[in-house]
Amino acid sequence: MDNQKKWIAFTTIVRREIRRFMRIWPQTLVPPVITMALYFVIFGKLVGSRIGEMSSLPYIQFVAPGLIMMSVITNSYSNVVSSFFGSKFQSNIEELLVSPTPNWIILLGYIVGGMARGLGVGLIVTILSVYFADFSLYSVPVTIAIVLMTSLMFSLAGLINAIFASSFDDISIIPTFVLTPLIYLGGVFYSIELLTGFWKSLTLLNPILYMVNAFRYGMVGITDINIAGSFAMVGLFSAVLFFVALWLLEKGSRLRS
Amino acid sequence: MKNPQSRALQIENLAKTYDNNFKALKGIDLEVKEGDFFALLGPNGAGKSTTIGIICSLVRKSSGRVKIFGIDIDEDFSAAKQFVGVVPQEFNFNQFEKPIDILITQAGYYGIPVPVATERAHKYLKQLGLWEKHNVPSRSLSGGMKRRLMIARALIHEPKLLVLDEPTAGVDIELRRSMWSFLEDINRQGTTIILTTHYLEEAERLCRNIAIIDKGKIVKNTSVKNLIKQLNKETFILDLKGEINNINTLDGYPLTMVDSSTLEVSIDKDQSLNQLFNHLSTEGIEIISMRNKANRLEELFIDMVEKNLTENEDADNG
Repeated sequence: MDNQKKWIAFTTIVRREIRRFMRIWPQTLVPPVITMALYFVIFGKLVGSRIGEMSSLPYIQFVAPGLIMMSVITNSYSNVVSSFFGSKFQSNIEELLVSPTPNWIILLGYIVGGMARGLGVGLIVTILSVYFADFSLYSVPVTIAIVLMTSLMFSLAGLINAIFASSFDDISIIPTFVLTPLIYLGGVFYSIELLTGFWKSLTLLNPILYMVNAFRYGMVGITDINIAGSFAMVGLFSAVLFFVALWLLEKGSRLRS
Repeated sequence: MKNPQSRALQIENLAKTYDNNFKALKGIDLEVKEGDFFALLGPNGAGKSTTIGIICSLVRKSSGRVKIFGIDIDEDFSAAKQFVGVVPQEFNFNQFEKPIDILITQAGYYGIPVPVATERAHKYLKQLGLWEKHNVPSRSLSGGMKRRLMIARALIHEPKLLVLDEPTAGVDIELRRSMWSFLEDINRQGTTIILTTHYLEEAERLCRNIAIIDKGKIVKNTSVKNLIKQLNKETFILDLKGEINNINTLDGYPLTMVDSSTLEVSIDKDQSLNQLFNHLSTEGIEIISMRNKANRLEELFIDMVEKNLTENEDADNG
């Protein structure tokens, strides 16, 4: 397969993925927006006004970057996990497997599809957040880079989950028991400066902490941790997940008998 | 331009043992010439779908060699896949997508640009009688339409080798015949076709060469003509005008009563039917119609599979 054909195969997968989540927009685009609007109203306006400041920022400004990141993470992940597992479940993944499309193109296609939804929802939530809080972007390159890398990383994680899943229960276990606790304990709602000792050290092992802080730095200019370290951490996780996902596809794990 | 001497498919000593230690293929050899219409027959669990799965990369072989138009799948499977189109046994397309989108997307996986893919999709949807349904969710198609959609999808990259796994299963007679005619047309245009089927009439009508596979081994690989020649005995059903209570036997013609107005007789291929009819006339029995009890190939098939079973049992006992 020459490069031009590989490009066509790649764009075909991406187009199909975008078409999928646009076709079911009431399930894919509307719910996260409603959920985030409720977060902004409750944590930002109602409860937030009583909390006062966090890391010397009004609470709504502190929490908004975390909420945007939360929507990017969950939507990137859930798009790939549900699309890939759905294809496995209906066996239409075989359409791709019998074709000459290389595994790395399949991987990239699904990832970019997941990123498109994650970033799309992230953008809608960002527009929504402007209604509740005042922002001026502190660093555009940091904001864009970290949101892209985060979306990439969770798209990869979603694909690995989908490869191993053998039932619809399996695709909800990780989001429920791993992803949600990591997000809630990853500095979205509070500064890790509030923690001490063991709990602070434990929180530093949570990769989402680094993404949320880097994104918050890009938006409002404050962070609890080192930004370069954040990028290194997200880059490292993404690289490892990429090679694991590619290895699983090459091996045909749970895809070819 | 097809070259009848070149091989569309070469399989050497192909074996597959699944993770649960089930030996689906025990070292089979098979050759399909370019332009052939080839049948792969066998009972359930014989190894047909495993063989097809290996050809299209959904099953990983344990050992052996597979070449598709001379390309070894171990050396360049990607190039070999360009030549193969597969119609699987089960519906495996996205039921929420429209037929037109399914075809254009499949073409994209083979690197075919959208304008070319769209033109081809229109062509095959029209040829296979699906054009009126091209823009509806594919889950609303009938079973026969879904099967034709899978044929269109397999043809969208214009493969030189089309592999069909039970393509007419569950399809009504009229539709089956129109699919046969379509497959004959594309075979005439040069596409090599490998077909697995349970309808032996289908194999006899369409295919020039045939392999019978049973318990992971090829038990026969020859032309359909040669296979028919090996048929030593045929069983006929005779419908009688009026009813009888019993029948006198005739030496060499084992006549049995199915019911009071139906007889069954097995005849060796070198025996004359005239003697039988003379005997029945003498007995005052009038025949109004006569038909084969089973498809001719079916009798051979059952005979070979049973023979293979006996040989395996002997080997196990030995």
